[in-house]
Amino acid sequence: GVSKPCVHSLSTLLDTPTLSVHLVDVKSETTAHLLLHSLCWSSSSCKVLLHFVNQSGMKTSVSAMEGESLLEVVINKNLQIDGFGACEGTLACSTCHLIFEDGVYEKMEPMADEEMDMLDLAYGLTKLSRLGCQVTVERWMDGMTVRVPQEVKDRREKPEAEI
Amino acid sequence: MCGGDDEIPTLTRRLSSASGPGPKVCIVGGGPAGFYTAQHLLKARDDMVVDVYERLPVPFGLVRFGVAPDHPEVKNVINTFTQTAQHERCYFYGNVNVGTDVSVEELRKAYHAVVLSYGAEANRSMRVSGEGLAGVFSARDFVGWYNGLPSNKELQPHLNCETVVILGQGNVALDVARILLSPLDLLKKTDITQHALDTLAASRVRRVLIVGRRGPLQIACTIKEVREMINLPDTAADMLPADFESISEALKDLPRPRKRLTELMMKTVKTESGQHKANKSWGFRFLRSPLEVLPGPDGKRVAGIRLAVNKLEGSGEDAKAVPTGQTEDLECGMVISSIGYKSLPIDPCVPFDPRSAIVPNNMGRVKDTAGLYCSGWVKRGPTGVIATTMNDSFDTARMLLKDMDSGMLNLSVNKPGGQEITALLKERGVRAVSFPEWEKINLEEVRRGTAVGKPREKFLDVKDMLAVAWS
Repeated sequence: GVSKPCVHSLSTLLDTPTLSVHLVDVKSETTAHLLLHSLCWSSSSCKVLLHFVNQSGMKTSVSAMEGESLLEVVINKNLQIDGFGACEGTLACSTCHLIFEDGVYEKMEPMADEEMDMLDLAYGLTKLSRLGCQVTVERWMDGMTVRVPQEVKDRREKPEAEI
Repeated sequence: MCGGDDEIPTLTRRLSSASGPGPKVCIVGGGPAGFYTAQHLLKARDDMVVDVYERLPVPFGLVRFGVAPDHPEVKNVINTFTQTAQHERCYFYGNVNVGTDVSVEELRKAYHAVVLSYGAEANRSMRVSGEGLAGVFSARDFVGWYNGLPSNKELQPHLNCETVVILGQGNVALDVARILLSPLDLLKKTDITQHALDTLAASRVRRVLIVGRRGPLQIACTIKEVREMINLPDTAADMLPADFESISEALKDLPRPRKRLTELMMKTVKTESGQHKANKSWGFRFLRSPLEVLPGPDGKRVAGIRLAVNKLEGSGEDAKAVPTGQTEDLECGMVISSIGYKSLPIDPCVPFDPRSAIVPNNMGRVKDTAGLYCSGWVKRGPTGVIATTMNDSFDTARMLLKDMDSGMLNLSVNKPGGQEITALLKERGVRAVSFPEWEKINLEEVRRGTAVGKPREKFLDVKDMLAVAWS
């Protein structure tokens, strides 16, 4: 049997007024969320469109999963970003550094100290910077563009940290 | 360097690209700079073959021998380097000493381009009297010792003193301080060497002072490492409030990274005053430069250090330390100088600037020497984290690729590459360690470590590494 609150939250999440749920035994919200994730796999309503601009200015658009980290997106979609995610998401480097758009950055969950500690060492740090391994894809990010610091063509042009 | 029977099919497949007409690049040094350079080159052209030469039988350089044992996540880069080494157009030749087993000139003849990525194996000297006394070590040697670098195996530091003074305030200095003061329970689950664990178990060290020439606003370490010091169990922060008195006015104009670090240090000063005493302590001491290491009564072992008291001229990152004429003595039983690593010249045919201790270059292209490039610390100097070296290596690789595209590097001539060098080495009785052979060493280290609850138990002797590699 499926509890009423579970079905309600599922349908809210999927944004559909009615939801026919054929579940065997959903005992908790947590399980409902996990099931939602596997439902999303085939549903188009949980895919989020993201644009990535790499160090050479090349833009790639991908369809990401809600709940993935941006590091996971870059790895899974094999985006051509040099040396991204060296420490594999363990907050031990700053190579998953991403720069966001103004309106997007201010809506994001604020940074924990541990993230800021590592981010502050990043090449080309800006006021709109975050570490990709600490940012999860959410539906409202649909259509956003993220970029990495642009390639320095000449050493004399080294970008000054803007922060 | 021939492996076992199961390697022959792989060898045959690889030989076809190794003897093909594509560009062949040789990289000297199997650390982060070498592997990141290789990675970028291999990705850029599918006819490119890259050979990585490494003096030790084991790869990965400072990731293996420099990164602190209690920072295992930093070592995750080994996974990407392993992928690069296993690439079908990449060959690893360990146990080959460029400069003695084969010359850079011979490499330049055999390859279209040679990239020097051999890092900084020596250390800057304090150049004060008493530096040679027992109980005085470079951080480079001390770190090598607890990380299993074969040449530091016999270091035998005696930790039977209460106070250790570390000169230098970069992240290496903090690593050393943290290893000296960390609970053994934590350390014994890391890949720190067994003999270091035994020495630390018998350690009487209770107090570590980390001394720098300049002030709090010029400190070279980063915030994560300072937090780790603050969080050490049963260890109090012993800072001098006077060192921070004039700092608060400057705070508001500082860039965020510097501001947060300074604020953290100032907060530490406030919370620690009046706290009950912990068993151990650590602290920064500012505006002090080493003048002389002072011997004890037997004249052979360190008993203290004489420091010059400085003042700052100028402000910010470029402030200079100027002696005031005053001095101060600190009692201690061990001095560790952590004032910088230093590169050494590898070969007479390679230009080397002894003043800056780097290979003179223009964005990775070695000056006045066609076909020769450099990346990493030997190119820029020995500072920066792995990410810094990564970006730098990509820059060098891009420069090299540009030179290939423009014709500055003549690719119309076929080069023999590794085949010629392997033949030379064989004539000289030098046998290289292949990457699959390193993987045998790796497996054995992991097996030995698992038996004692550690990620690995490192081999400390080259001969033991070779015995496993060629077994």
